Amino acid sequence: MTTDTLPPPAPTVAPIGRGRRGGSLLGRSLRYLTLVLFLLIVLIPAYVLFVTSFKGLGDATPARAWNLPTSWETAGWSRAWEQLAPALGRTFSMVIPAALISAILGSLNGFVLARWRFPGADIVFTLLLFGMFIPYQAVMIPLVQLMQDLQVPSGIPSLIVLHVVYGIPITTLIFRNYYAGVPDELIEAARVDGAGLFRTYLSIILPISMPAFVVVLIWQFTSAWNDYLFALFFSNARNGPVTIALNFLASGQLQDYSASMAGALIASLPTLVVYIILGRWFVGGLMAGSVKG
Amino acid sequence: MRHWRRWLPGLLLVLPSLVLVGIFVYGLIASNIHTSMTDQHTRVEEGGFVGLQNYRDLFGDEDFRYSLRNLVLYTVTFLVGTLAIGFMWAWLLERRLKGEGFFRAVYLFPMAVSFVASGVVWRWLLNSAEGDRASGLNRLFEGIGLGFLQNPWWTDPDWGILAIAVPAIWQLSGYVMALFLAGFRGIPDELREAARIDGASEWQLYRHVIFPQLSPVALSAVIIVGHMSLKVFDLIMSISGQTNYTTKVPAIDMWVEFSAGDYATSAAIATVLLAIVAVLVVPYLVYTFRQERQR
Repeated sequence: MTTDTLPPPAPTVAPIGRGRRGGSLLGRSLRYLTLVLFLLIVLIPAYVLFVTSFKGLGDATPARAWNLPTSWETAGWSRAWEQLAPALGRTFSMVIPAALISAILGSLNGFVLARWRFPGADIVFTLLLFGMFIPYQAVMIPLVQLMQDLQVPSGIPSLIVLHVVYGIPITTLIFRNYYAGVPDELIEAARVDGAGLFRTYLSIILPISMPAFVVVLIWQFTSAWNDYLFALFFSNARNGPVTIALNFLASGQLQDYSASMAGALIASLPTLVVYIILGRWFVGGLMAGSVKG
Repeated sequence: MRHWRRWLPGLLLVLPSLVLVGIFVYGLIASNIHTSMTDQHTRVEEGGFVGLQNYRDLFGDEDFRYSLRNLVLYTVTFLVGTLAIGFMWAWLLERRLKGEGFFRAVYLFPMAVSFVASGVVWRWLLNSAEGDRASGLNRLFEGIGLGFLQNPWWTDPDWGILAIAVPAIWQLSGYVMALFLAGFRGIPDELREAARIDGASEWQLYRHVIFPQLSPVALSAVIIVGHMSLKVFDLIMSISGQTNYTTKVPAIDMWVEFSAGDYATSAAIATVLLAIVAVLVVPYLVYTFRQERQR
Protein backbone atom coordinates (compact mmCIF):
# COMPACT_ATOMS: atom_id res chain seq x y z
CA MET A 1 0.00 0.00 0.00
CA THR A 2 2.84 2.31 0.62
CA THR A 3 5.30 1.20 -1.95
CA ASP A 4 5.37 4.80 -3.00
CA THR A 5 6.15 6.18 0.43
CA LEU A 6 9.80 5.90 -0.39
CA PRO A 7 11.14 6.93 -3.73
CA PRO A 8 13.11 4.07 -5.26
CA PRO A 9 16.87 4.46 -4.91
CA ALA A 10 18.23 6.40 -7.83
CA PRO A 11 20.28 4.50 -10.36
CA THR A 12 23.91 5.07 -9.56
CA VAL A 13 24.90 7.21 -12.49
CA ALA A 14 27.80 9.49 -11.78
CA PRO A 15 26.23 12.70 -10.54
CA ILE A 16 26.71 15.56 -12.93
CA GLY A 17 27.21 18.01 -10.14
CA ARG A 18 30.34 16.39 -8.73
CA GLY A 19 32.14 19.65 -8.37
CA ARG A 20 29.25 21.53 -6.89
CA ARG A 21 29.41 23.70 -3.81
CA GLY A 22 30.49 21.87 -0.69
CA GLY A 23 32.89 19.86 -2.77
CA SER A 24 35.74 22.24 -2.01
CA LEU A 25 38.68 20.95 0.00
CA LEU A 26 37.60 22.88 3.08
CA GLY A 27 34.01 21.73 2.78
CA ARG A 28 35.05 18.13 2.41
CA SER A 29 37.42 18.29 5.35
CA LEU A 30 34.70 19.75 7.55
CA ARG A 31 32.37 17.01 6.48
CA TYR A 32 34.86 14.30 7.33
CA LEU A 33 35.70 15.94 10.62
CA THR A 34 32.04 16.00 11.65
CA LEU A 35 31.51 12.44 10.46
CA VAL A 36 34.49 11.17 12.43
CA LEU A 37 33.39 13.03 15.54
CA PHE A 38 29.96 11.40 15.38
CA LEU A 39 31.60 8.08 14.66
CA LEU A 40 33.52 8.32 17.92
CA ILE A 41 30.39 9.29 19.85
CA VAL A 42 28.41 6.39 18.38
CA LEU A 43 31.19 3.99 19.31
CA ILE A 44 31.46 5.09 22.96
CA PRO A 45 29.04 2.42 24.24
CA ALA A 46 30.84 -0.24 22.19
CA TYR A 47 34.15 0.79 23.75
CA VAL A 48 32.71 0.67 27.26
CA LEU A 49 31.13 -2.73 26.68
CA PHE A 50 34.30 -4.21 25.32
CA VAL A 51 36.73 -2.74 27.83
CA THR A 52 34.59 -3.25 30.93
CA SER A 53 33.88 -6.87 30.05
CA PHE A 54 37.60 -7.63 30.46
CA LYS A 55 38.06 -5.81 33.74
CA GLY A 56 38.75 -7.56 36.99
CA LEU A 57 38.17 -6.37 40.55
CA GLY A 58 41.33 -4.25 40.48
CA ASP A 59 39.67 -1.87 38.03
CA ALA A 60 36.47 -1.45 39.99
CA THR A 61 37.19 2.13 41.16
CA PRO A 62 35.34 4.94 39.37
CA ALA A 63 38.64 6.68 38.72
CA ARG A 64 39.60 3.92 36.30
CA ALA A 65 36.16 3.78 34.66
CA TRP A 66 37.31 4.85 31.21
CA ASN A 67 40.78 3.32 31.25
CA LEU A 68 41.85 0.12 29.60
CA PRO A 69 41.94 -2.85 32.00
CA THR A 70 45.13 -3.06 34.10
CA SER A 71 45.13 -6.73 33.26
CA TRP A 72 42.81 -8.28 30.69
CA GLU A 73 40.75 -10.86 32.52
CA THR A 74 38.19 -13.22 31.08
CA ALA A 75 36.46 -14.12 34.34
CA GLY A 76 33.52 -11.86 33.49
CA TRP A 77 33.09 -13.61 30.18
CA SER A 78 33.00 -17.04 31.76
CA ARG A 79 30.51 -15.93 34.41
CA ALA A 80 28.29 -14.45 31.68
CA TRP A 81 28.62 -17.49 29.46
CA GLU A 82 27.69 -19.80 32.31
CA GLN A 83 24.49 -17.86 32.90
CA LEU A 84 23.51 -17.21 29.31
CA ALA A 85 24.47 -20.39 27.45
CA PRO A 86 21.25 -22.34 28.07
CA ALA A 87 19.14 -19.31 27.16
CA LEU A 88 21.14 -18.80 23.97
CA GLY A 89 20.31 -22.31 22.84
CA ARG A 90 16.63 -21.75 23.63
CA THR A 91 16.65 -18.46 21.73
CA PHE A 92 17.98 -20.13 18.60
CA SER A 93 15.35 -22.84 18.86
CA MET A 94 12.72 -20.11 19.07
CA VAL A 95 13.96 -17.68 16.48
CA ILE A 96 14.69 -20.09 13.63
CA PRO A 97 11.27 -21.77 13.38
CA ALA A 98 9.52 -18.44 14.06
CA ALA A 99 11.38 -16.72 11.22
CA LEU A 100 10.85 -19.59 8.77
CA ILE A 101 7.12 -19.97 9.40
CA SER A 102 6.58 -16.20 9.29
CA ALA A 103 8.40 -15.96 5.99
CA ILE A 104 6.35 -18.70 4.35
CA LEU A 105 3.07 -17.21 5.56
CA GLY A 106 4.15 -13.72 4.53
CA SER A 107 5.11 -14.88 1.08
CA LEU A 108 1.74 -16.55 0.44
CA ASN A 109 -0.21 -13.60 1.83
CA GLY A 110 1.87 -11.08 -0.03
CA PHE A 111 1.40 -12.93 -3.29
CA VAL A 112 -2.37 -13.03 -2.95
CA LEU A 113 -2.69 -9.42 -1.79
CA ALA A 114 -0.47 -8.11 -4.57
CA ARG A 115 -1.20 -10.47 -7.45
CA TRP A 116 -4.27 -12.63 -6.88
CA ARG A 117 -6.52 -10.06 -5.39
CA PHE A 118 -10.02 -10.57 -4.13
CA PRO A 119 -12.66 -7.86 -3.65
CA GLY A 120 -11.80 -5.77 -0.60
CA ALA A 121 -8.15 -6.82 -0.60
CA ASP A 122 -7.00 -3.25 0.11
CA ILE A 123 -9.20 -2.87 3.16
CA VAL A 124 -8.12 -6.24 4.46
CA PHE A 125 -4.52 -5.26 3.98
CA THR A 126 -4.95 -1.96 5.80
CA LEU A 127 -6.61 -3.80 8.70
CA LEU A 128 -3.69 -6.23 8.76
CA LEU A 129 -1.19 -3.38 8.85
CA PHE A 130 -2.76 -1.89 11.94
CA GLY A 131 -1.72 -5.08 13.75
CA MET A 132 1.88 -4.09 13.20
CA PHE A 133 1.59 -0.78 15.04
CA ILE A 134 -0.41 -1.71 18.10
CA PRO A 135 1.28 -1.62 21.46
CA TYR A 136 1.14 -5.31 22.39
CA GLN A 137 0.19 -4.26 25.90
CA ALA A 138 -3.29 -3.69 24.49
CA VAL A 139 -3.75 -7.43 23.91
CA MET A 140 -1.53 -8.82 26.60
CA ILE A 141 -3.95 -9.55 29.43
CA PRO A 142 -6.48 -11.57 27.38
CA LEU A 143 -3.57 -13.06 25.43
CA VAL A 144 -2.09 -14.60 28.56
CA GLN A 145 -5.49 -16.14 29.26
CA LEU A 146 -5.97 -17.31 25.66
CA MET A 147 -2.59 -19.04 25.52
CA GLN A 148 -3.41 -20.82 28.76
CA ASP A 149 -6.79 -21.91 27.39
CA LEU A 150 -5.13 -23.18 24.21
CA GLN A 151 -2.65 -24.99 26.49
CA VAL A 152 0.39 -23.71 24.65
CA PRO A 153 3.31 -24.40 27.02
CA SER A 154 4.92 -21.28 28.45
CA GLY A 155 8.43 -20.44 27.25
CA ILE A 156 9.72 -21.15 23.77
CA PRO A 157 6.57 -22.79 22.26
CA SER A 158 4.41 -19.81 23.26
CA LEU A 159 6.95 -17.34 21.94
CA ILE A 160 7.17 -19.11 18.56
CA VAL A 161 3.40 -18.89 18.18
CA LEU A 162 3.37 -15.22 19.16
CA HIS A 163 6.23 -14.16 16.90
CA VAL A 164 4.57 -15.96 13.98
CA VAL A 165 1.12 -14.50 14.59
CA TYR A 166 2.22 -10.93 15.30
CA GLY A 167 4.78 -11.18 12.50
CA ILE A 168 2.06 -11.70 9.88
CA PRO A 169 1.48 -8.00 9.16
CA ILE A 170 5.10 -6.99 8.59
CA THR A 171 6.06 -10.08 6.60
CA THR A 172 2.95 -9.75 4.44
CA LEU A 173 3.78 -6.10 3.84
CA ILE A 174 7.36 -6.78 2.76
CA PHE A 175 6.38 -9.55 0.36
CA ARG A 176 3.41 -7.63 -0.99
CA ASN A 177 5.58 -4.64 -1.83
CA TYR A 178 8.15 -6.89 -3.42
CA TYR A 179 5.63 -8.78 -5.54
CA ALA A 180 3.97 -5.54 -6.64
CA GLY A 181 7.14 -4.91 -8.63
CA VAL A 182 6.96 -8.18 -10.56
CA PRO A 183 6.19 -7.42 -14.22
CA ASP A 184 2.55 -8.00 -15.16
CA GLU A 185 3.50 -9.94 -18.27
CA LEU A 186 4.98 -12.74 -16.19
CA ILE A 187 1.80 -13.35 -14.28
CA GLU A 188 -0.49 -12.77 -17.24
CA ALA A 189 1.45 -15.27 -19.31
CA ALA A 190 0.91 -17.88 -16.63
CA ARG A 191 -2.77 -17.04 -16.40
CA VAL A 192 -3.21 -17.34 -20.15
CA ASP A 193 -1.62 -20.75 -19.94
CA GLY A 194 -4.38 -21.61 -17.51
CA ALA A 195 -2.11 -21.91 -14.49
CA GLY A 196 -4.02 -21.80 -11.23
CA LEU A 197 -3.06 -20.02 -8.05
CA PHE A 198 -0.60 -22.61 -6.79
CA ARG A 199 1.09 -23.24 -10.12
CA THR A 200 1.55 -19.53 -10.68
CA TYR A 201 3.00 -19.17 -7.19
CA LEU A 202 5.31 -22.15 -7.43
CA SER A 203 6.52 -21.72 -10.99
CA ILE A 204 6.61 -17.92 -11.37
CA ILE A 205 6.65 -16.23 -8.00
CA LEU A 206 8.60 -18.49 -5.67
CA PRO A 207 11.71 -18.77 -7.89
CA ILE A 208 12.14 -14.99 -7.89
CA SER A 209 11.36 -14.50 -4.18
CA MET A 210 14.84 -15.07 -2.77
CA PRO A 211 15.67 -11.41 -2.05
CA ALA A 212 12.40 -10.87 -0.22
CA PHE A 213 12.89 -14.07 1.76
CA VAL A 214 16.32 -12.96 2.90
CA VAL A 215 14.98 -9.58 4.00
CA VAL A 216 12.05 -11.09 5.87
CA LEU A 217 14.12 -13.81 7.52
CA ILE A 218 16.63 -11.27 8.77
CA TRP A 219 13.88 -8.97 9.95
CA GLN A 220 12.03 -11.67 11.87
CA PHE A 221 15.23 -13.18 13.21
CA THR A 222 16.35 -9.82 14.60
CA SER A 223 13.04 -8.74 16.04
CA ALA A 224 12.33 -12.11 17.67
CA TRP A 225 15.89 -12.28 19.00
CA ASN A 226 15.67 -8.81 20.49
CA ASP A 227 12.14 -9.13 21.85
CA TYR A 228 11.74 -8.57 25.56
CA LEU A 229 8.05 -7.73 26.04
CA PHE A 230 6.53 -11.06 24.98
CA ALA A 231 9.36 -12.90 26.67
CA LEU A 232 8.58 -11.14 29.94
CA PHE A 233 4.92 -12.14 29.87
CA PHE A 234 5.33 -15.65 28.47
CA SER A 235 8.52 -17.06 29.93
CA ASN A 236 10.80 -16.89 32.94
CA ALA A 237 14.52 -17.05 33.65
CA ARG A 238 14.47 -20.85 33.42
CA ASN A 239 12.65 -21.32 30.11
CA GLY A 240 12.99 -17.90 28.46
CA PRO A 241 15.17 -16.40 25.74
CA VAL A 242 18.43 -14.57 26.17
CA THR A 243 16.93 -11.11 26.72
CA ILE A 244 15.31 -12.40 29.92
CA ALA A 245 18.50 -14.13 31.03
CA LEU A 246 20.56 -11.02 30.30
CA ASN A 247 18.21 -8.77 32.20
CA PHE A 248 18.35 -11.19 35.11
CA LEU A 249 22.15 -11.21 35.01
CA ALA A 250 22.45 -7.43 34.72
CA SER A 251 19.94 -6.46 37.37
CA GLY A 252 21.37 -8.56 40.18
CA GLN A 253 21.90 -6.96 43.57
CA LEU A 254 25.67 -7.02 43.17
CA GLN A 255 26.38 -5.00 40.09
CA ASP A 256 28.68 -7.40 38.28
CA TYR A 257 29.62 -5.01 35.52
CA SER A 258 32.20 -7.12 33.73
CA ALA A 259 29.82 -10.09 33.51
CA SER A 260 26.87 -7.88 32.50
CA MET A 261 28.83 -6.20 29.73
CA ALA A 262 30.22 -9.51 28.49
CA GLY A 263 26.68 -10.85 28.61
CA ALA A 264 25.35 -7.94 26.59
CA LEU A 265 28.01 -8.62 23.97
CA ILE A 266 27.26 -12.34 23.91
CA ALA A 267 23.53 -11.70 23.60
CA SER A 268 24.07 -9.22 20.76
CA LEU A 269 26.58 -11.28 18.84
CA PRO A 270 24.15 -13.26 16.65
CA THR A 271 22.27 -10.20 15.41
CA LEU A 272 25.53 -8.27 14.97
CA VAL A 273 27.01 -11.12 12.91
CA VAL A 274 23.88 -11.14 10.74
CA TYR A 275 24.22 -7.39 10.41
CA ILE A 276 27.88 -7.54 9.43
CA ILE A 277 27.56 -10.41 6.95
CA LEU A 278 24.21 -9.50 5.47
CA GLY A 279 24.35 -5.76 6.06
CA ARG A 280 22.99 -4.87 2.67
CA TRP A 281 19.92 -7.03 3.22
CA PHE A 282 19.54 -5.80 6.75
CA VAL A 283 19.23 -2.28 5.43
CA GLY A 284 16.77 -3.63 2.88
CA GLY A 285 14.68 -4.95 5.74
CA LEU A 286 14.82 -1.63 7.51
CA MET A 287 13.66 0.13 4.40
CA ALA A 288 10.84 -2.32 3.96
CA GLY A 289 9.94 -1.91 7.59
CA SER A 290 9.85 1.79 7.05
CA VAL A 291 7.19 1.49 4.49
CA LYS A 292 5.65 -0.24 7.34
CA GLY A 293 3.07 2.28 7.34
CA MET B 1 -18.47 -10.64 -8.45
CA ARG B 2 -18.69 -12.94 -11.42
CA HIS B 3 -15.09 -13.99 -11.38
CA TRP B 4 -15.23 -15.50 -7.95
CA ARG B 5 -13.76 -18.72 -9.29
CA ARG B 6 -10.66 -16.70 -9.98
CA TRP B 7 -10.22 -14.90 -6.69
CA LEU B 8 -11.72 -17.37 -4.25
CA PRO B 9 -8.61 -19.61 -3.98
CA GLY B 10 -6.60 -16.51 -3.10
CA LEU B 11 -9.00 -15.53 -0.35
CA LEU B 12 -8.96 -19.07 1.03
CA LEU B 13 -5.17 -19.05 1.09
CA VAL B 14 -4.93 -15.90 3.19
CA LEU B 15 -7.92 -16.77 5.33
CA PRO B 16 -5.95 -18.54 8.10
CA SER B 17 -3.75 -15.45 8.53
CA LEU B 18 -6.75 -13.16 8.51
CA VAL B 19 -8.50 -15.26 11.14
CA LEU B 20 -5.37 -15.29 13.31
CA VAL B 21 -4.92 -11.53 13.11
CA GLY B 22 -8.66 -11.09 13.56
CA ILE B 23 -8.56 -13.01 16.83
CA PHE B 24 -5.12 -12.09 18.17
CA VAL B 25 -5.34 -8.39 17.35
CA TYR B 26 -8.94 -7.26 17.06
CA GLY B 27 -10.58 -9.93 19.22
CA LEU B 28 -8.12 -9.47 22.04
CA ILE B 29 -8.29 -5.67 21.87
CA ALA B 30 -12.05 -5.97 22.35
CA SER B 31 -11.58 -8.42 25.20
CA ASN B 32 -9.01 -6.13 26.82
CA ILE B 33 -11.35 -3.15 26.60
CA HIS B 34 -14.01 -5.29 28.23
CA THR B 35 -11.69 -6.17 31.10
CA SER B 36 -10.84 -2.50 31.52
CA MET B 37 -14.51 -1.82 32.25
CA THR B 38 -14.78 -4.31 35.09
CA ASP B 39 -13.69 -4.19 38.71
CA GLN B 40 -11.39 -7.19 38.40
CA HIS B 41 -8.75 -5.72 40.66
CA THR B 42 -7.35 -9.00 42.00
CA ARG B 43 -6.33 -12.27 40.40
CA VAL B 44 -9.28 -14.24 41.72
CA GLU B 45 -12.21 -11.86 41.28
CA GLU B 46 -14.56 -12.35 38.36
CA GLY B 47 -15.22 -8.66 38.00
CA GLY B 48 -18.50 -6.88 37.44
CA PHE B 49 -19.14 -4.15 34.90
CA VAL B 50 -18.21 -0.67 36.14
CA GLY B 51 -18.23 1.31 32.88
CA LEU B 52 -15.56 3.97 32.61
CA GLN B 53 -14.76 4.05 36.32
CA ASN B 54 -11.21 2.72 35.88
CA TYR B 55 -10.45 5.40 33.32
CA ARG B 56 -11.79 8.09 35.59
CA ASP B 57 -9.60 6.76 38.40
CA LEU B 58 -6.58 6.71 36.13
CA PHE B 59 -6.89 10.23 34.87
CA GLY B 60 -7.65 11.42 38.39
CA ASP B 61 -4.43 9.81 39.57
CA GLU B 62 -1.49 12.18 39.76
CA ASP B 63 1.00 9.34 39.29
CA PHE B 64 -0.59 8.24 36.03
CA ARG B 65 -0.70 11.79 34.74
CA TYR B 66 3.01 11.97 35.53
CA SER B 67 3.51 8.87 33.36
CA LEU B 68 1.63 10.49 30.49
CA ARG B 69 3.67 13.65 30.86
CA ASN B 70 6.85 11.58 30.80
CA LEU B 71 5.68 9.81 27.67
CA VAL B 72 5.05 13.10 25.88
CA LEU B 73 8.42 14.56 26.91
CA TYR B 74 10.21 11.39 25.89
CA THR B 75 8.49 11.14 22.53
CA VAL B 76 9.11 14.75 21.58
CA THR B 77 12.79 14.48 22.51
CA PHE B 78 13.23 11.14 20.80
CA LEU B 79 11.54 12.36 17.61
CA VAL B 80 13.38 15.65 17.41
CA GLY B 81 16.69 13.97 18.26
CA THR B 82 16.52 11.14 15.74
CA LEU B 83 15.14 13.33 12.96
CA ALA B 84 17.74 16.05 13.45
CA ILE B 85 20.72 13.69 13.77
CA GLY B 86 19.46 11.26 11.14
CA PHE B 87 18.91 14.07 8.68
CA MET B 88 22.29 15.59 9.37
CA TRP B 89 24.12 12.30 8.84
CA ALA B 90 22.23 11.66 5.61
CA TRP B 91 23.02 15.18 4.47
CA LEU B 92 26.71 14.74 5.28
CA LEU B 93 26.88 11.41 3.45
CA GLU B 94 24.60 12.27 0.59
CA ARG B 95 27.33 13.33 -1.86
CA ARG B 96 28.93 9.94 -2.21
CA LEU B 97 31.95 10.62 -0.06
CA LYS B 98 34.76 8.13 0.06
CA GLY B 99 34.16 5.74 2.95
CA GLU B 100 30.44 6.40 2.95
CA GLY B 101 29.66 2.70 3.35
CA PHE B 102 31.82 2.50 6.46
CA PHE B 103 30.25 5.52 8.17
CA ARG B 104 26.79 4.30 7.28
CA ALA B 105 27.51 0.84 8.70
CA VAL B 106 28.81 2.23 12.00
CA TYR B 107 25.96 4.72 12.41
CA LEU B 108 23.45 1.98 11.76
CA PHE B 109 24.88 -0.81 13.89
CA PRO B 110 23.14 0.14 17.19
CA MET B 111 19.88 -0.75 15.45
CA ALA B 112 20.91 -4.43 15.40
CA VAL B 113 21.30 -4.53 19.18
CA SER B 114 18.40 -5.17 21.54
CA PHE B 115 17.27 -2.46 23.95
CA VAL B 116 17.95 -4.88 26.77
CA ALA B 117 21.59 -5.28 25.75
CA SER B 118 22.17 -1.60 25.10
CA GLY B 119 20.42 -0.87 28.38
CA VAL B 120 23.21 -2.71 30.20
CA VAL B 121 25.86 -0.32 28.98
CA TRP B 122 23.68 2.77 29.13
CA ARG B 123 22.84 2.16 32.75
CA TRP B 124 26.56 2.33 33.40
CA LEU B 125 27.02 5.40 31.17
CA LEU B 126 24.11 7.23 32.75
CA ASN B 127 25.32 6.63 36.29
CA SER B 128 24.06 9.52 38.38
CA ALA B 129 27.05 9.86 40.72
CA GLU B 130 29.01 13.09 40.29
CA GLY B 131 32.38 14.43 41.33
CA ASP B 132 34.89 11.95 42.72
CA ARG B 133 32.43 9.10 42.73
CA ALA B 134 31.35 9.71 39.16
CA SER B 135 31.71 6.99 36.59
CA GLY B 136 30.12 6.72 33.16
CA LEU B 137 29.45 9.85 31.15
CA ASN B 138 29.74 12.15 34.14
CA ARG B 139 33.35 10.97 34.62
CA LEU B 140 34.02 11.37 30.91
CA PHE B 141 32.68 14.94 30.92
CA GLU B 142 34.92 15.74 33.87
CA GLY B 143 37.90 14.19 32.10
CA ILE B 144 37.52 16.17 28.88
CA GLY B 145 36.91 19.47 30.60
CA LEU B 146 33.15 19.52 30.18
CA GLY B 147 32.45 18.96 33.87
CA PHE B 148 29.54 21.41 33.84
CA LEU B 149 27.63 18.86 31.76
CA GLN B 150 27.55 16.44 34.68
CA ASN B 151 24.00 15.79 35.76
CA PRO B 152 21.93 13.26 37.70
CA TRP B 153 20.55 11.74 34.47
CA TRP B 154 17.47 9.60 34.93
CA THR B 155 17.22 10.19 38.66
CA ASP B 156 16.14 13.80 38.15
CA PRO B 157 12.44 14.08 39.13
CA ASP B 158 11.60 16.67 36.47
CA TRP B 159 13.66 15.72 33.46
CA GLY B 160 14.85 12.20 34.30
CA ILE B 161 12.86 10.67 31.47
CA LEU B 162 14.89 12.63 28.94
CA ALA B 163 17.97 10.64 29.95
CA ILE B 164 16.21 7.53 28.61
CA ALA B 165 15.80 9.30 25.27
CA VAL B 166 19.58 9.54 24.91
CA PRO B 167 20.17 5.81 24.28
CA ALA B 168 17.00 5.67 22.20
CA ILE B 169 18.34 8.42 19.94
CA TRP B 170 21.71 6.65 19.82
CA GLN B 171 19.95 3.51 18.66
CA LEU B 172 17.53 4.89 16.08
CA SER B 173 19.30 7.85 14.45
CA GLY B 174 21.08 5.55 12.02
CA TYR B 175 17.76 4.16 10.93
CA VAL B 176 16.38 7.61 10.21
CA MET B 177 19.63 8.38 8.38
CA ALA B 178 19.08 5.33 6.16
CA LEU B 179 15.57 6.53 5.37
CA PHE B 180 16.70 10.04 4.49
CA LEU B 181 19.63 8.74 2.49
CA ALA B 182 17.25 6.70 0.34
CA GLY B 183 15.15 9.84 0.02
CA PHE B 184 18.12 11.93 -1.11
CA ARG B 185 19.12 9.28 -3.62
CA GLY B 186 15.61 9.28 -4.99
CA ILE B 187 15.85 12.92 -6.06
CA PRO B 188 16.82 12.94 -9.74
CA ASP B 189 20.01 14.88 -10.43
CA GLU B 190 18.25 16.62 -13.31
CA LEU B 191 15.92 18.24 -10.81
CA ARG B 192 18.83 19.83 -8.94
CA GLU B 193 20.57 20.83 -12.12
CA ALA B 194 17.41 22.42 -13.43
CA ALA B 195 17.01 24.42 -10.23
CA ARG B 196 20.63 25.56 -10.44
CA ILE B 197 20.30 26.60 -14.05
CA ASP B 198 17.26 28.64 -13.02
CA GLY B 199 19.62 30.42 -10.65
CA ALA B 200 18.31 29.02 -7.37
CA SER B 201 20.57 29.58 -4.38
CA GLU B 202 21.59 26.62 -2.23
CA TRP B 203 18.93 27.51 0.32
CA GLN B 204 16.23 27.93 -2.32
CA LEU B 205 17.23 24.59 -3.78
CA TYR B 206 16.61 22.93 -0.42
CA ARG B 207 13.49 24.91 0.29
CA HIS B 208 11.78 24.29 -3.02
CA VAL B 209 13.26 21.06 -4.36
CA ILE B 210 14.92 18.89 -1.73
CA PHE B 211 12.62 19.33 1.28
CA PRO B 212 9.38 18.72 -0.65
CA GLN B 213 10.92 15.59 -2.13
CA LEU B 214 11.96 14.38 1.32
CA SER B 215 8.70 15.07 3.11
CA PRO B 216 7.19 11.59 2.52
CA VAL B 217 10.34 10.11 4.06
CA ALA B 218 10.11 12.46 7.00
CA LEU B 219 6.49 11.42 7.49
CA SER B 220 7.43 7.73 7.51
CA ALA B 221 10.18 8.45 10.00
CA VAL B 222 7.82 10.33 12.30
CA ILE B 223 5.30 7.50 12.24
CA ILE B 224 7.84 4.74 12.82
CA VAL B 225 9.93 6.47 15.45
CA GLY B 226 6.80 7.97 17.01
CA HIS B 227 5.02 4.68 17.50
CA MET B 228 8.17 3.01 18.79
CA SER B 229 8.61 5.83 21.21
CA LEU B 230 5.08 5.59 22.58
CA LYS B 231 5.68 1.91 23.28
CA VAL B 232 8.97 2.48 25.14
CA PHE B 233 9.38 -0.26 27.73
CA ASP B 234 12.46 -2.47 27.31
CA LEU B 235 14.90 0.39 27.63
CA ILE B 236 13.39 1.69 30.84
CA MET B 237 13.19 -1.81 32.32
CA SER B 238 16.87 -2.37 31.70
CA ILE B 239 18.18 1.07 32.65
CA SER B 240 16.16 2.27 35.62
CA GLY B 241 13.81 -0.66 36.26
CA GLN B 242 10.10 -0.96 36.91
CA THR B 243 10.14 0.50 40.39
CA ASN B 244 11.82 3.79 39.52
CA TYR B 245 9.38 6.70 39.71
CA THR B 246 11.18 9.32 37.63
CA THR B 247 11.16 7.23 34.47
CA LYS B 248 7.74 5.66 34.61
CA VAL B 249 5.53 5.65 31.52
CA PRO B 250 2.16 3.96 30.82
CA ALA B 251 3.77 0.75 29.50
CA ILE B 252 5.67 0.39 32.79
CA ASP B 253 2.54 1.10 34.85
CA MET B 254 0.69 -1.52 32.85
CA TRP B 255 3.29 -4.16 33.70
CA VAL B 256 3.43 -3.16 37.36
CA GLU B 257 -0.36 -3.35 37.73
CA PHE B 258 -0.43 -6.64 35.85
CA SER B 259 2.24 -8.12 38.12
CA ALA B 260 0.20 -7.00 41.12
CA GLY B 261 -2.82 -8.82 39.71
CA ASP B 262 -4.88 -5.67 39.13
CA TYR B 263 -6.09 -6.72 35.68
CA ALA B 264 -8.80 -4.09 35.33
CA THR B 265 -6.47 -1.15 35.93
CA SER B 266 -3.74 -2.74 33.84
CA ALA B 267 -6.19 -3.27 30.96
CA ALA B 268 -7.36 0.32 31.21
CA ILE B 269 -3.77 1.62 30.98
CA ALA B 270 -3.16 -0.62 27.96
CA THR B 271 -6.27 0.76 26.27
CA VAL B 272 -5.15 4.33 26.88
CA LEU B 273 -1.80 3.46 25.33
CA LEU B 274 -3.54 1.90 22.33
CA ALA B 275 -5.67 5.01 21.88
CA ILE B 276 -2.58 7.24 21.93
CA VAL B 277 -0.83 5.11 19.30
CA ALA B 278 -4.01 4.92 17.21
CA VAL B 279 -4.26 8.73 17.11
CA LEU B 280 -0.85 8.75 15.45
CA VAL B 281 -1.16 5.73 13.20
CA VAL B 282 -4.76 5.47 12.03
CA PRO B 283 -4.82 8.76 10.07
CA TYR B 284 -1.60 7.67 8.41
CA LEU B 285 -3.01 4.28 7.44
CA VAL B 286 -6.20 5.86 6.12
CA TYR B 287 -4.16 8.41 4.18
CA THR B 288 -1.94 5.80 2.53
CA PHE B 289 -4.98 3.62 1.84
CA ARG B 290 -6.66 6.49 -0.01
CA GLN B 291 -3.53 7.25 -1.97
CA GLU B 292 -3.34 3.64 -3.04
CA ARG B 293 -6.94 3.80 -4.16
CA GLN B 294 -6.26 6.79 -6.36
CA ARG B 295 -3.68 4.98 -8.39
